[in-house]
Amino acid sequence: MSTKLNITEFLDQDEKKDLLRLLTAGSVDDGKSTLIGRLLFDSKKLYEDQLDALERDSKRVGNAGENIDYALLLDGLKAEREQGITIDVAYRYFSTNKRKFIIADTPGHEQYTRNMITGGSTANLAIILVDARTGVITQTRRHSFLISLLGIKHVVLAVNKMDLVDYNQEVFDNIVADYRKFAEPLGIPDIHCIPLSALNGDNVVELSDNMPWYKGTPLLEYIETIKIDADHNFKNFRYPVQYVLRPNLDFRGFCGKVASGVVRKGDEVMALPSGRVSRVKGIHTYEGEIDYAFPPQSVTITLEDEIDVSRGEMLVHPNDLPRVERDFEAMLVWMDENAMDPNQQFFIKHTTNLSRVRIDNIQYKVDVNTMEQSATDRLSLNEIGRVTFTSNKPLFFDPYKENKSCGSFILIDPITNNTCAVGMIIDKVDNSRKTVLSESEIAEMRKGLSSIQSQDRESQLNQKGCTFWFHGADRALVNEVAFTMERRLFDAGKTVVVLPSGQNIIQSTILFNILNEQGIIVISTSDALSEENQTMIDDMSNKERMHVLTVDASLIGSDFAAYLQELTNAVNELIQAD
Amino acid sequence: MSDYNLSHLRQLEAESIHIIREVVAEFENPVMLYSIGKDSSVMVRLAEKAFAPGKVPFPLMHIDSKWKFKEMIEFRDQYAKEHGWDLIVEHNEEAFKAGVGPFTHGSKVHTDLMKTKALLAALDKHKFDAAFGGARRDEEKSRAKERIYSFRDKFHQWDPKNQRPELWDIYNAKVHKGESIRVFPLSNWTELDIWQYIRLENIPIVPLYYAKERPVVNMDGNLIMADDDRMPQELRDKAEMKMVRFRTLGCYPLTGAIESEADTIESIVEEMMTTTKSERTTRVIDFDQEASMEQKKREGYF
Repeated sequence: MSTKLNITEFLDQDEKKDLLRLLTAGSVDDGKSTLIGRLLFDSKKLYEDQLDALERDSKRVGNAGENIDYALLLDGLKAEREQGITIDVAYRYFSTNKRKFIIADTPGHEQYTRNMITGGSTANLAIILVDARTGVITQTRRHSFLISLLGIKHVVLAVNKMDLVDYNQEVFDNIVADYRKFAEPLGIPDIHCIPLSALNGDNVVELSDNMPWYKGTPLLEYIETIKIDADHNFKNFRYPVQYVLRPNLDFRGFCGKVASGVVRKGDEVMALPSGRVSRVKGIHTYEGEIDYAFPPQSVTITLEDEIDVSRGEMLVHPNDLPRVERDFEAMLVWMDENAMDPNQQFFIKHTTNLSRVRIDNIQYKVDVNTMEQSATDRLSLNEIGRVTFTSNKPLFFDPYKENKSCGSFILIDPITNNTCAVGMIIDKVDNSRKTVLSESEIAEMRKGLSSIQSQDRESQLNQKGCTFWFHGADRALVNEVAFTMERRLFDAGKTVVVLPSGQNIIQSTILFNILNEQGIIVISTSDALSEENQTMIDDMSNKERMHVLTVDASLIGSDFAAYLQELTNAVNELIQAD
Repeated sequence: MSDYNLSHLRQLEAESIHIIREVVAEFENPVMLYSIGKDSSVMVRLAEKAFAPGKVPFPLMHIDSKWKFKEMIEFRDQYAKEHGWDLIVEHNEEAFKAGVGPFTHGSKVHTDLMKTKALLAALDKHKFDAAFGGARRDEEKSRAKERIYSFRDKFHQWDPKNQRPELWDIYNAKVHKGESIRVFPLSNWTELDIWQYIRLENIPIVPLYYAKERPVVNMDGNLIMADDDRMPQELRDKAEMKMVRFRTLGCYPLTGAIESEADTIESIVEEMMTTTKSERTTRVIDFDQEASMEQKKREGYF
């Protein structure tokens, strides 16, 4: 730091530093708490030193000279563990004049897979701690596998407790050789190894005199200077639309965060799934218009043409499309206490798009310790498997390896609403290899049950299977209303039948319910139903599907056309597919 | 690639804007809780940024405990007016009429009635299903693992054993009827980031953050400002003029000042860079009970 800077210049420069998110892997025994504590504390001391070097007239309040028990900094977690609170990841923050750091600190042994996956999802870099006395152990392998699965490109192998092996170079070199050999098939592009002692501060902030044979940089300097800006995908423009902004009639902006690639004013863009093409008219921010936007900027894009784009849809460059597919394969990590029910449908949230998926097939699960693959029919908590999915509408995605933002998703249990699993897309399914039906579906069929769910039918028919049961003393009027509605629904492309109810109300209700479950809209007619019968019909049926409506001239009033229109609107609302 | 580099503040800004927009897109009736403090000031600016050139599609709500510093209330009204915000102010009228306050009832009862109860009643009254708050993970230890989307049952309670995993920038917004979420768009900001951003963006803040000679009383080691005559006379008699500023703002009898000369934004940032004390050490309410923030969170306070 040059002493020529004044405070203002120093602060201006400090505001321009970048951000690195890092994951620490290792247990308390490896000295992880001590290392994190030291980074948190010594970074303050760096500021002190830098500011001391400046000409200053104001007095500081802080004093960083006191003794600190590094482990105390992590006490929050300990207390919570005793209270039985789930802690999957705790975030720690520190800054130097070169970078701001966010540490995702995941606690040791329990639930390690779930914790590490959660903490590592946004990490640029992972520090894997090993004890110099034990070297590479099962836990090291497990951490490294999860890091490669998450696509973290930079790994620092921190060989800690070098003081306990007499700062011996040979010990370090052997551990490094061991690790590199093991990690090679994982395909982590950048691995850097540093010998250190977190407790004594060797090679953490300053190079240690105890290891003159180490010619590299200390840990802090390494993570301060490592280049991470190329880790973003600047190649393939993907812009999931988050929100449509219409402050006035002249402005229609699509708000979103640039997931990948670069977009410029004037670029030709295509909206997915419509395929309509337009040009970028403007890229708007609070500060005004900008010429181009890149990840992870949040901006608002306006287009030259009035094309309809809504939330969950995506803007891309027309000559560089993502996969647009319903069938895809992913590595899935199960996060829920309840094991997977492979026959259930799930909500999938992928970019800003919420849709439904079903599991077609689990090809195998992976043992995180040995990386061995084995067959399974379901995944339980902390298990990882390669899974094939079909979604009820096409998703716009890229393989996770090429594009994290467009290759990651979460699964939501439709009953509990929990995030039950998270996934990293491998690619679309090669159709020649795709199993047409899953084993569970075949088993259902053998039992005489259809493998097609009502949701599948409804999404194909693009309607919700409902019954509109018109009843009233004036059968001619009832019929006129019923057949008018049939005509209107039919013309709108809906699958609808008119079935007058039989004498047996119970049988009719059962029949209508079955047809509704198949996604078919039923319009029924009957004489006026007693209140008792109406209650019975309601009790037997799904409230969202069964609608019993009285037709009575006194209720309709003088404007029959208006009545029909109101009825049509209400019916259209109710038959919207989920 | 240097053309495509964002500073840490711009990355945090982009992340917060993304969160605010997600909530607006996926919830029916969001509100932004406004505490008038520095974090709220930053959060409000981020909301303005998220929907520019449009108007922010949700209101601000301030839960007035009736014991805020006078300067805070003046600042609130002026800011909302100048920036065209729809501002809702709610308080617990019943407890206010009964004369509840920190000097007479202690911090526990006061906070419970005038803050927690008032907030829950206001959320129910307006049927808000998502409430933005300005809490940060670096504020104190128990918040380090707080989610960005924090789920509350229909009694607004937080179940620490039942929090959803949160990965990448994909947020699960599915809630059952009657349930709601608290959202913390500033989760990844530190106190230093907040000050640097205030400096960078020239965001207006309550003047109490800047050092000035103020009348303060030393109460159990906390420097409490004599802000009005509701402070008992015998305490006010002990007030001394000291050069102080506030690192956080809340109810004046519960918020300690720090002795400081930092009267410019530059000197505050500089102070932040080197201080090793947590900002919440100046908040009396955090110490009135074992694990007190945790407890308050479970009850529905932040």
